[in-house]
Amino acid sequence: MPSSALWAVDLFGRVCTLSTAAQHWELCRDAQLEFKRVSASAQCCWGIACDNRVYVRVDAGDVPIRRREEAYENQRWNPVGGFCETLLPSDRWPWSDVSGLQHRPLDGVALPSPHWEWESDWYVDENFGGEPTEKGGWTYAIDFPAAYTRDKKWNSCVRRRRWIRYRRYKSRDTWAQIPSQDDPKQLPDPFNDLSVGGWEITDEPVGHLSVWAVSLQGKVWYREDVSHPNPEGSSWSLVDTPGEVVQISCGPHDLLWATLWEGQALVREGISRNNPKGSSWSIVEPPTSENGIMHVSVGVSVLWAVTKDRKVWFRRGVNSHNPCGTSWIEMVGEMMMVDVGLNDQVWGISWADRALYFRQGVTQSELSGKTWKAIVASRECDRSHSGSSSSLLSAGCFFGDEVRGSGESCGPSDSEAERPGPDPERELQATSPASTPAELPWTNIDLKEPKRGPSHAAASFPEASDLSSLGLLPLGMEEPDGAECHPLWAWVSGGGCAVEAHTVLKWFTAQSGLSPSVQTLSLSITPAQTAAWRKQIFQQLTERTKRELENFRHYEQAVEQSVWVKTGALQWWCDWKPHRWVDVRVALERFTGQDGARDSILFVYYVVHEEKKYIHVFLNEVTALVPVLNEAKHSFALYTPERTRQRWPVRLAAATEQDMSDWLALLNLSCCESRRVHGRPSPQAIWSVTCKGDVFVSEPSPDLEAPERPLPCDQILHQSWAPTGKWGSRGCVRGLAGGPSGIYTQSDVKCVCIYENQRWNPVTGYTSRGLPTDRYMWSDATGLQECTKASTKPPSLQWTWVSDWFVDFSVPGGADQEGWQYASDFPASYHGYKTMKDFVRRRCWARKCKLVTSGPWLEVAPIALTDVSIIPEAPGAPGSEPSIALWAISDKGDVLCRLGVSELNPAGSSWLHVGTDQPFASVSIGACYQVWAVARDGSAFYRGSVSPSKPAGDCWYLIPSPPKQRLKQVSVGHTAVFALDENGNMWYRQGVTPSYPQGSGWEHVSNNVRRVSVGPLDQVWVIADKVQGSHGLSRGTVCHRTGVQPLEPKGLGWDYGIGGGWDHLSIRANATRAPRTPSQERGSDVAAAPQETPGPVCC
Amino acid sequence: MTDDKDVLRDVWFGRIPTCFTLYQDEITEREAEPYYLLLPRVSYLTLVTDKVKKHFQKVMRQEDISEIWFEYEGTPLKWHYPIGLLFDLLASSSALPWNITVHFKSFPEKDLLHCPSKDVIEAHFMSCVKEADALKHKSQVINEMQKKDHKQLWMGLQNDRFDQFWAINRKLMEYPAEENGFRYIPFRIYQTTTERPFIQKLFRPMAADGQLHTLGDLLKEVCPSAIAPEDGERKNQVMIHGIEPMLETPLQWLSEHLSYPDNFLHISIIPQPTD
Repeated sequence: MPSSALWAVDLFGRVCTLSTAAQHWELCRDAQLEFKRVSASAQCCWGIACDNRVYVRVDAGDVPIRRREEAYENQRWNPVGGFCETLLPSDRWPWSDVSGLQHRPLDGVALPSPHWEWESDWYVDENFGGEPTEKGGWTYAIDFPAAYTRDKKWNSCVRRRRWIRYRRYKSRDTWAQIPSQDDPKQLPDPFNDLSVGGWEITDEPVGHLSVWAVSLQGKVWYREDVSHPNPEGSSWSLVDTPGEVVQISCGPHDLLWATLWEGQALVREGISRNNPKGSSWSIVEPPTSENGIMHVSVGVSVLWAVTKDRKVWFRRGVNSHNPCGTSWIEMVGEMMMVDVGLNDQVWGISWADRALYFRQGVTQSELSGKTWKAIVASRECDRSHSGSSSSLLSAGCFFGDEVRGSGESCGPSDSEAERPGPDPERELQATSPASTPAELPWTNIDLKEPKRGPSHAAASFPEASDLSSLGLLPLGMEEPDGAECHPLWAWVSGGGCAVEAHTVLKWFTAQSGLSPSVQTLSLSITPAQTAAWRKQIFQQLTERTKRELENFRHYEQAVEQSVWVKTGALQWWCDWKPHRWVDVRVALERFTGQDGARDSILFVYYVVHEEKKYIHVFLNEVTALVPVLNEAKHSFALYTPERTRQRWPVRLAAATEQDMSDWLALLNLSCCESRRVHGRPSPQAIWSVTCKGDVFVSEPSPDLEAPERPLPCDQILHQSWAPTGKWGSRGCVRGLAGGPSGIYTQSDVKCVCIYENQRWNPVTGYTSRGLPTDRYMWSDATGLQECTKASTKPPSLQWTWVSDWFVDFSVPGGADQEGWQYASDFPASYHGYKTMKDFVRRRCWARKCKLVTSGPWLEVAPIALTDVSIIPEAPGAPGSEPSIALWAISDKGDVLCRLGVSELNPAGSSWLHVGTDQPFASVSIGACYQVWAVARDGSAFYRGSVSPSKPAGDCWYLIPSPPKQRLKQVSVGHTAVFALDENGNMWYRQGVTPSYPQGSGWEHVSNNVRRVSVGPLDQVWVIADKVQGSHGLSRGTVCHRTGVQPLEPKGLGWDYGIGGGWDHLSIRANATRAPRTPSQERGSDVAAAPQETPGPVCC
Repeated sequence: MTDDKDVLRDVWFGRIPTCFTLYQDEITEREAEPYYLLLPRVSYLTLVTDKVKKHFQKVMRQEDISEIWFEYEGTPLKWHYPIGLLFDLLASSSALPWNITVHFKSFPEKDLLHCPSKDVIEAHFMSCVKEADALKHKSQVINEMQKKDHKQLWMGLQNDRFDQFWAINRKLMEYPAEENGFRYIPFRIYQTTTERPFIQKLFRPMAADGQLHTLGDLLKEVCPSAIAPEDGERKNQVMIHGIEPMLETPLQWLSEHLSYPDNFLHISIIPQPTD
């Protein structure tokens, strides 16, 4: 799980964040500013500083926020000068936008604010729909506006070309000031409160945020056009209110509440995707008339409030359909304020001691939670001080002096001189006595500080004298108790903090109570992986086993493992025609063979013509056990080499999903046992992923001609996780040995979609009454299956719903304001607007579901990827590069290059964004740092000058696609480049030479290919789409290209391997060259073993 | 192999190659061949020697057979000690296989307990487990278990089923998160040089200052002679499961990972072999 952070402001205006993975607060190091309020979302945090101005702080992330500016240069041909800028008077501007209506000279395009910078100068876009244009990017037409073509014809009278320039948001990880709304003619009306939300109203690509603010005069303002690509928004607009508003809270979805001076609450109604500002207000009375509402905070379907008597209230029945809710419930605790964050989790600041509390036990079924639990995480800076306490022992006097000095010097850095505030260092000492070992003498130094303290504090907070004295209490040092000396909080925002049921938070245990030695040695926390005693025990046990067993393996075992059996009833897809599911009894018998090895036999007993028969499978012959994607049955397939050859695995189905997974687990275990497969796969392993998301690993036999033998690893996820199969070829294998247990939590969210279909009739318009021949009115995408909201279930037992059904507007073809797509009839191509000829319409309803599982995969947060490629390289090659080149494509199509990936740190350190003019789909890096990529529009690119010292290269070269084909995947081996197009054709890049690595042309190799992986020996493996076998057709079959030789890189034919349901394959780690013995390999020269010479030498 | 779980496995699957020979004075009808067997270190002699018994009984007359017992170099082998402990204590410095002499008469009443059936072994084993849990958790864990869980522990041991055994034994190795170990560490220290069968005392996994106790701390406290360096040289080996853990090893970890199935750490103090 990627970590996220809680934001809070302390009494001194300092902003701190507390990560869900951490135990300590981190100070937001932007020292100049002090804040009154913050409101966080996942990617950014908005705040009101003490200068009453609004600031936004955008998380840096690895992918920059960049926007493309474009302008068109238009020219007309005239007989004298040829094409020139002189246009006809009726023509468009010589420099215009795409429509030609707006004048747009290049030097007239300005940056919207000082927080943006240009990425480069203007340049001409040479890419025209995936095809490179010659002659400076010009496209030709008969006249404006018309269809433009790449080629100049006799009648081409006009031409135009597109100029591109990117601007980049630069003020990231720093507070960027938002211009205020002050009208110079009016009195200034600074902002008083602010709330960010609304990110769930629209879908992710937009990244819309609703930012609401309240001014001192009680007016409500809405910031227009705030979104991820435009973090500042454009302008403030005033929203009328029935009274003076004090405070406002905007939920992640469509809830917006505010409080009035008079103590009532205002609820905004009519907020929707098309109207994020909402339409009207309604008023909710406070729980008791004498104590009005002081503070509100909303989530997706909750509202928490604090009244003037500090009581906390929970509003029952609040949701999108009924934003006002039904009634108030009083909760325990007295709070200053409460804040609802992601997943409707709640934080509060207590009235009594200004401590921060987390509401425990908030779940979808129990939104009000169970108890308040204090967050006692210490501050990062406190820790560093106590950590250096040993040095302070000797330098105690120096330390004391330093504090005094800085106390005088750094106070005035505040913008408001009358609020100097105690300087951070003294505060640190004051609040962290417990984390310093009590016997240290420098506590004496600490004790003399408070003498200066009170005057400071009293001066700073005259209005809160009780609080300041409270704050000074720990300075006395009489009670070195962790709970007493926490920071005093003023504001908290959990809008960016994802806490879920399984999240383990370390916020609630103070580190101060335990001595450091216990912390490091406590076995349940850290198993002291590296301790010498532990290593020695491991080593001695291995030696003991060797000593006591090595020469005695032929001895009889004292305790025989008796045969044991699991039996059960399953269904079997019978071998004879007509093929159908027949009921069978199944028994697994485990026994100890002659040599002491365990093996198992699976018996399938069936009855044919009233005669009992059986088939049996030795599990040591089983090459793969695969759950099969089948809507109707919980089925799995069992492959043996013979069955693979026949394309006819043993297919079995269980009555329930649970039953199936039990059988699979048992068979898998027996299989691994009888084949003696354990531990992590070798670095040469071949990895693949099935369409169900199961990862398979196969140890390549030295000759590679043997039948495929994948064995199930751990089940992992579909969708965005599929690329981890490729990750595995290098990164995650090493991850296995990395952590204490090597097992990490993984989660995935995806949407299940169903369609609502309607037909038009002249009387009532569109209704859910279709023709008798029509599809179901609630169906899947094909219309063949009925799918209602009530009957549709998550993909499997492991998935759970995490949202309600919502209309999906981001459907291909577009949708209208209500999400409808129109067509003349089912099934047809749909468009997002209604015409006269449209008699049917449909809209897509989506519902998010989530899977949480664990496996030996370490998540590299936070960017979701769709493709990843690791440089193929012979393992253990001499002089291997310290960092391993890795390229990836994000789910938004950004090209990324991972820095700092090495054997020791397989996850790498950070992403480097590689700018492109369009979203990309596939990337692959070859052994000589040749990077090839395919854009979503089907065009291919070669990245120039990539090398270990210049990991991201310098520029893209557009490579023309094969004629009339759109490429979708590329794979580069040692030197060979193969690409796939959308029609399943596989192409080989000809003419690739060291001096011209782009090659000269595409040569067709094969059709019927779904996925290709080229290895470090230029060996070619693919997933074939359809393969005919002796019994039937299987889709998604692993195939190996035969006859690939240095002079015949395209190979000769296909060798069909295991099949049925495979989706993805990576052989990029397998550099095992068949006919060589290890000694030969070591002695071989460079030319004979090119895989052993990684590096930028050849191309 | 860097997982603590692997230690459990290695401990469980420890085997001692053993050669059983019939005592020379036993009366046989024909010559008794020696019998070779891999004995599980964590089990008990009388639990795993059915085959040995059968093998030798084949060559003997029924009337010459009374209760079987075992002896190594003149020392009768206590069946109620785990096999690994017997080996470490008595034979760890001798060559493999371990030569055990099989007797069918002259049962040494004063040295050995009778073992008329496997129920006796089970009763002994379960009483050890219960005693250990009394030390570790005031018997809370073992008392909360059901009868079938107790049975599963025993069956796991009897049938050499690691997973079956550890599915239950895992619970006996847990401790509350707020504490940093067991109440007391169940251990027994054996020495061949003393008359006393073993040393067993109350010993906590952690010192009052929160420092974890190590194996060295334990020995210093309860058996100082074992580690006191005389002439600057260590005289004794401290052995568990045939290995000599470093004295710095935390006792709690040892208890969790190197305990025998009866949940005791059986520590052998044996004189340093002089070679």
